[in-house]
Amino acid sequence: MTEPVTSTPTTQELISFRIDDQEFCLDVMSVREIRGWTLTTVLPNTPRYVRGVINLRGAVLPVLDLKDRLGLGQTDAQQRSVIIVVRSRDKLVGLLVDAVSDILTVETAMVQPTPKVGCETVSQFIRGIIAVEGRMISWIAIEDIVPGEQMDAAA
Amino acid sequence: MDPMDAIKATYFQECDELLGDLEQGLLALELGTGDSETVNAVFRAVHSVKGGAGAFGFEELVTFAHVFETALDDLRSGRRAAEPALIKTMLRAADVLADFVVAARNGTSPDEARGRSVAQELAMAEEPAAPIVERRTDEFGFAPVVVEFDLPALESTPSPWQVRLQPLSAMYAKGHDAILFLRELGRLGEAHTTLIDDELPPFDQLDPDKSYLRWEIELPADVDRVRIEEIFDFVGDDCLVSITQGAVEPATSTPAAIVEAVIVEAPSAPQQVPLVSVPLEQKADVAAAAAASPTIRVDLDRVDRMIDLVGELVINQAMIAQRVTESGIARSSAVAIGLEELEHLTREIQDSVMAIRAQPVRSVFQRMPRLVREISAATGKLVRLVTDGEATEVDKTVIERLSDPITHMLRNAIDHGLEGPDQRLQAGKPAEGVVRLAACHRSGRIVIEVSDDGKGIDRPRVRDIAIAKGLIAPEAQLTDEEADNLIFLPGFSTAAAVSNISGRGVGMDVVKRSIQALGGRIAISSKPGQGSTFTMSLPLTLAVLDGMVVSVAGQTYVAPLTAVLESLQPKPADIRRIGPQQAVLSIRGAHVPLIDVAVALGLRDHPIDPATGIVLLVESEIGGRAAMVVEAIHGQRQVVIKSLEANYRHVNGIAAATILGDGRVALILDVDTIIEHQAGKAEPMRFARAS
Repeated sequence: MTEPVTSTPTTQELISFRIDDQEFCLDVMSVREIRGWTLTTVLPNTPRYVRGVINLRGAVLPVLDLKDRLGLGQTDAQQRSVIIVVRSRDKLVGLLVDAVSDILTVETAMVQPTPKVGCETVSQFIRGIIAVEGRMISWIAIEDIVPGEQMDAAA
Repeated sequence: MDPMDAIKATYFQECDELLGDLEQGLLALELGTGDSETVNAVFRAVHSVKGGAGAFGFEELVTFAHVFETALDDLRSGRRAAEPALIKTMLRAADVLADFVVAARNGTSPDEARGRSVAQELAMAEEPAAPIVERRTDEFGFAPVVVEFDLPALESTPSPWQVRLQPLSAMYAKGHDAILFLRELGRLGEAHTTLIDDELPPFDQLDPDKSYLRWEIELPADVDRVRIEEIFDFVGDDCLVSITQGAVEPATSTPAAIVEAVIVEAPSAPQQVPLVSVPLEQKADVAAAAAASPTIRVDLDRVDRMIDLVGELVINQAMIAQRVTESGIARSSAVAIGLEELEHLTREIQDSVMAIRAQPVRSVFQRMPRLVREISAATGKLVRLVTDGEATEVDKTVIERLSDPITHMLRNAIDHGLEGPDQRLQAGKPAEGVVRLAACHRSGRIVIEVSDDGKGIDRPRVRDIAIAKGLIAPEAQLTDEEADNLIFLPGFSTAAAVSNISGRGVGMDVVKRSIQALGGRIAISSKPGQGSTFTMSLPLTLAVLDGMVVSVAGQTYVAPLTAVLESLQPKPADIRRIGPQQAVLSIRGAHVPLIDVAVALGLRDHPIDPATGIVLLVESEIGGRAAMVVEAIHGQRQVVIKSLEANYRHVNGIAAATILGDGRVALILDVDTIIEHQAGKAEPMRFARAS
């Protein structure tokens, strides 16, 4: 099995958040900003997990429902929901989550390969898991969360 | 950026322009419309490319440019006539030169074999009778470099270089120092330097601001001329420099093009003989530049930034206007009037800023003669390209996207449209086919036409192919226009159906789609035996758009105003159901299909009753007219186009996005796709019975 993480830095800062009772995290370096929920403009002919687009200081920013993308059902977007703006493959994308919980510093060695649970969503979107203080946090593979051009067929 | 890199970048920018001038000039000569000034312009272009290349040490480029320059010099001085064969060779040489420039820019090595063969052709075409003595009168004082050819017996007695250096006072005023040149020359080889101080006045008459001293430096013959020239590249007009290779016996059997020398008068009486040299950059260039209207070169990023900012300004202005209206301020109040003035001003600023980025399509058209030459050579068809309307201006964002479709249409016209010379003669046409590329402005759009005088579209064959590929039913009745437009259907052209020239794996459907993505349209008209015409129309800018703001399924959308013919509230009596599920709108005797936009976009399953909504009568290129049903119209407005692809990807039925006065994103409808999508939908749309 290939190492899920590159070996260059020994520690990694991660931003963690909760979706239902599961904890997930992202590399803090890919996060540009965190903003409150605003109503989106719905995009037609688009998968359901794309909640639409919002105006991010003059740029059109797509917002993905992370929970829906991970196959955990739709997020009930509320006032307290947040959009994490991340940069992935030169594009900015907003990820809708319920709340941000923590910033963690973990050692690269602490990242374990994703267990094979026989679920495609897990193997596709989770690049590794981290065990901290008895919690299990899934590290999300940002590049795979954001749909590429070739996924047009999903519309 | 490294300052050197910046200079280099400027050089390559200039190269692009120079190469364009070069090609234009040569084409004019080919047509016989050129005069001696054209020849001079062509010569200057090559000369300037060479000069810069020398400064940056692009050896291959210099070598080739030099051979080219020599041939052009012969043309200029009348030693050779502008025969069609020679001009054709020169056109090819221009292509090679362009390749060398590209190679130098990319740091790759150019196709030297091709360069050599063309260079040889240039040199060989030379008339052998030209006596060397005549060559002395090179007014530019430019003695070329030794060019290495694969020619046998390169026998010359190399004589040392004579470099004469006469700094003008202006040079010292700019902080240059002659000692630096002498030092640099000394580095090239063993230099014998002689100071000539015969102009030095007695001490009491000496003006300390004047330059009196001259130098003569002798350098070994094996020093590369370019390296000597390099040293003086940055002094420009401020220092008279001549570089000559000492007395060459005219008796040498060396081919004229290979080694030559400009012989300057022997320095027996230096004070009377003006230096034959001219400053490294010739005066003609300066004069030509001064004649043109003054321009500045601005980094495109800055202009783009400004356009973005003006876009924000427009959005902001719309936001304020909306807030003012919402707050119930009277339309006649000072605030509202001031706001209206602001709106005019904003619009004017926007127009002016857009005008900065507008460019003539010439830059794209200029690339096409070469393409035509290449296709013509590959197909064996004789082609003459006629261009028209090169001065038509369009936004830079559009210019960049014009090249590919035009390239494709030209390939198509030559490869599929024109017949071979024999066939043409049989059909009673001249052997040489004519392809016309024209641009013009028409109702706020730019229209590009590519027409040929070939055989026209072979409709029965097109029809057969379409039937064979299952694109149309065998019994389908098609008008001529419909049959012609079959070539745009996806899947019509495949690798097997197109040759490698038109092909490159891209069918006309892809061209059409890429044009539609720009908010453009393409159509073809054809007359059997007389040729076909592709007409492509594009918006003048991809930055702003006049749109109609509408509601669709509770969301705000913008319909491009160019597509909308009219808007109306349909009477229930005008809505006719046709077939089990479709409906048409009867409008002034004609019947157009009704399309519920929300259903077409997949926003709801069942259409609303058209009579409760508003209908936009739109026209698309292939689908003809259609009546799009929306819920309400909120007025017209100019919107700033924002790309969806920048952060997401293309969405079917949506052309782009924009930001409206309330700060929210609104999507711009892609009318053509919606109509086409609807027309081609397997499951037809159901309309609710008018109740």
